[in-house]
Formats: sequence, C-alpha cells, structure tokens
Amino acid sequence: MSIHDFLISPAEASKRTGPHDRIVMSSRVRLARNLTGLAFPGWAKKTERVKSLGVIRPAVETLPQMADHFADAMDNLSQLEKQILVERHLISREHAAKSAGSGLVLNREETISVMINEEDHLRMQALRPGLQLKHAWQAIDEVDSQLEKVLPYAYSQELGYLTACPTNLGTGIRVSAMLHLPGLVLSEQINQIITAVTKLGHAVRGLYGEGTEALGNIFQVSNQMTLGESETDILDRINKVLQQIIEHEENARATLVEKKPKVVFNHIGRAYGILANAHSISSKETMNLLSLMRLGIDLALFPGIERALVDELFLTTQPFHLQKLFGDKLAPEERDLRRADMLRERLQDVKRPNYKNVVPPPMTE
Amino acid sequence: MLCDVCKQIEAKVHLTQIVEGVTKKIDLCEACSKAKGVDDPTGFSLADLLLGLGAAQDATPAVAEETSQVTCPQCGFSHADFKKSGRLGCAACYETFADSLGSLLKSMHKGTRHVGKVPQAQKQTRDYSAALKALHQKLDQAIAAENFEQAAILRDEIKVAKHKLSENAPT
Repeated sequence: MSIHDFLISPAEASKRTGPHDRIVMSSRVRLARNLTGLAFPGWAKKTERVKSLGVIRPAVETLPQMADHFADAMDNLSQLEKQILVERHLISREHAAKSAGSGLVLNREETISVMINEEDHLRMQALRPGLQLKHAWQAIDEVDSQLEKVLPYAYSQELGYLTACPTNLGTGIRVSAMLHLPGLVLSEQINQIITAVTKLGHAVRGLYGEGTEALGNIFQVSNQMTLGESETDILDRINKVLQQIIEHEENARATLVEKKPKVVFNHIGRAYGILANAHSISSKETMNLLSLMRLGIDLALFPGIERALVDELFLTTQPFHLQKLFGDKLAPEERDLRRADMLRERLQDVKRPNYKNVVPPPMTE
Repeated sequence: MLCDVCKQIEAKVHLTQIVEGVTKKIDLCEACSKAKGVDDPTGFSLADLLLGLGAAQDATPAVAEETSQVTCPQCGFSHADFKKSGRLGCAACYETFADSLGSLLKSMHKGTRHVGKVPQAQKQTRDYSAALKALHQKLDQAIAAENFEQAAILRDEIKVAKHKLSENAPT
C-alpha cells in the first residue's frame, strides 16, 4: 500500500478533537534513542545505516502498538510522499532529506510515528490532538519500554540515553505543543510571551520546527533541556507554561473584542473576503488569512461553520498537498491559481461574518 | 571583550539567560549575532548557540588545537568534527570527549547527571552490582573475623551473583 492510500484524509484528520483545541492544535512527545556499538546515523557509512535499519525496522514493526501500520525505507518514497508527511508533521524536514538506510514506521491512527536513522537511530513520537502531553508521553513510554527489550540501547548510568546531539542527552525527550495564538499576535504581546517562555528555558519555534517562520500565527513551544530533570518534571513544567499561554491568549482575544472590535472585525472580514474571492493566492498569505478565519470561528462570527473546515484547508492548501490533489508538478504561479480555486469552492457556502453574533472568550484574572 | 564565536571582533551584543536561577552568558560581535539569528526571537535559543562553540571557549588556542586532534577510538570521530557539526560520532564519543563536553553540558542543561527513565536491564544490572558489592564487603568482614565457614558460603553466593550480572549484560 502506498503512503497516499494509507494516510487518513485531511477532512477526517481535521475532525480529531482534544482538550483546549481552540488554542492547542496538537501535542507531541518525541524520544531519541540509539543502539550501543554503532556509529550515530550522521557519522555511519551507508552500509552501516542499511544494516542498523534492518535490525531496527522489524523490531518496531512487530510491536503490539503497531499491529496495523505503514513501513517503508526512505529511498522508496518519492519527494512528494515525503513532503506530504512533513506537512502532516509525521516526519521531520531532516528525515525527508534522508534516503538509503533510513526508514519510517507509522501506525494506523497516525498517533505513533517512528523515524529510523534520522539524526539518531530512533526518533519515536506520539501525537495527540489538543493539549494531551501526558497521554502522548504514556503512549511513547510504552513503545520505548517494549523496544528496550529487543534493542540494546546506548545508555550510561551517569548521562542517561546517549544521543548524537548533546542537546538531547539524558532523557532524549522533546515535549512540544503547537499553539494558535492570533490574539497575542494582534495585540502585539507575542514577543513579550516568547521572551518570557524562552527565559523559562523553553524554545519557541515556527510551524515546521527549527528555523521556520511562525506562519498562520502558529507557534511550537518545546522543552530545551533534557539532562538533569526527569520526564515527568519536564512535562509538568511545560504544562504549567502552556496553561499560562492559553490564559493569556484567551484574555488577549477578550480584550481585543472589547477594546478594539473594529480592528479585529476588519482583520477577519478582510481575511474572509480575500479567501472566498481571490483568484491567485500564495501559501503564506493563505495561512495567515486562514488563521484569522479560525479566530472568527472561535468568536462565533461564522455560525454553523466548524473549526475543522479551516484546519482541513490549513493542510490541503500546503504546496505538496495541493500538488498531490492536482497531480503532476505545478509551477508556483499555477499552484497559487489552483489554491485560490479550491478556497473559493470550499468557502462558497460560508456566509459573510456576522459581527452581531460575536461571543468573546471569558476573561480570567 | 572579544566575541565568543569569532574571537576577533569586539563583542557588542551581550546575552544573558536565567533559567531557574542559573545564569548563562554569551558575548557576540554584531556580525556573529546576526549570523546566529539572535535578533529573531522565534528562532533563537542560547543552547543552540552555545552548541558548536565547544570547549574552545575557555581554552587557549594551543590547547584548543591539541584537543581538536583527539579522535574517538571506537568510531574515528574527531573533536574538530564535533566543533564543525555540533553532533557526536557514536555513544563512545561521550567518554572520548568527556573533558570538553563537561562545561558544554553544564551550560545547556539543568544538571549533568541523568535523572529519569532507566532501561529495565540497566536497572537490574545496577541492582546486581550493588548486591555483588555488598557480598564482597561481607566476605571481607568474614575473613577478617576468621569466620571461614561463612566466607565459603559467601564465595559461592558471589559466584552466583557474578554469573547473573554477566548474563544480564546488554548484548
């Protein structure tokens, strides 16, 4: 089965719900593990990587959690297939650049994804919609406990799990949440929040991880330190930070609606106008405008329209999802035309925003 | 004060990050701060920045040159490779480059000792070696007390414990 046939459709995938999903789009916990006695993938020769993939892949494929799964070597996947997986956040951009000697195992529900020979021999992650970091940790902890029975991990009593990059050393854990923060961006509080979160030792990044832009007002918050602190302490600490950010975002939205309704409605109205009527639109502009429409839905300006519609469009208007839909390689200009066509069609039944209907989020102290 | 990255130009950008009471500092010249993306609040983290500078920060050029000659006996990775990529070659590199990694780990993490999950097999190894150590102590005491009957029993127990430990060793 090809990965295209395996993947859940964007429409279905966008219907997944979880706690606080107005603001927290998804939660992820990733563990980095390596095998003892073998060079890390970045330093290993191709033959060594092919060999270690041959050991690791069957071990992952036979896990009870992976009963129904997709597995393949990265050199068997086309560029399009790899980029679709990146746009779905199922593999990293780094992993998409790998070929012979690297692999992927993904479960049916798309909640567990194991990258083999990325930067480390194993990069396993659990994904959940909304704010569910504890659940994600439990799921990936179980996978890890199963794997340690059959794979000899590189582990030191003093330094913990040994990783290719010293920034992952110890627990090898990266806990992250993807946040939609239009309120904080519009009220120009976002830099303050980023500074505060960074000071607490967490990293704030754009939509697709390290070194990417915060398109569509979407930010990723993750832990930075992995050594000298237990997994549960790391989780508790980041959960507290996330609760605070959620509160600030809700307050920012409430304040905006109360103090600057014209500014908010202007942004949302224009976003709707362009998305529903444009004949050419870039991916970047689409993301930024869809973010405002998502905010409009949260404020009840689009009665009867589900957030899932916007989330689906967030995905299907991405360059490679679009390319897959229309087949063949599209030139960027042509992609912008097709993207606009699709948006006009999908938004044709969405009525103009109804400002009298606005429901501001409750203010908290 | 010279820039921590290029060590040539006067540092103009001074960054301080306080993480739970631990202060981390870095001083950069304008060009290096731009190159490292310090002015971009979304893409910047002190740990990423510190990484790649390695131990050269506090070493004199002569010493730095000497350390960059060190090569991992297990995988052939050199300290120069580490400085270039910020990644290590294999698990054994952590021992090979332990000296220069020490200060780096201290600057980027909360502590320098792992707390958290321990693989089950490692847990048993730890328990078995603790038990073995206790038996050895008892044996020493028994011999000192000239209790040879007890010593013989302990010697047998040690044999069993050693066997368990070696069977449990990761393959």
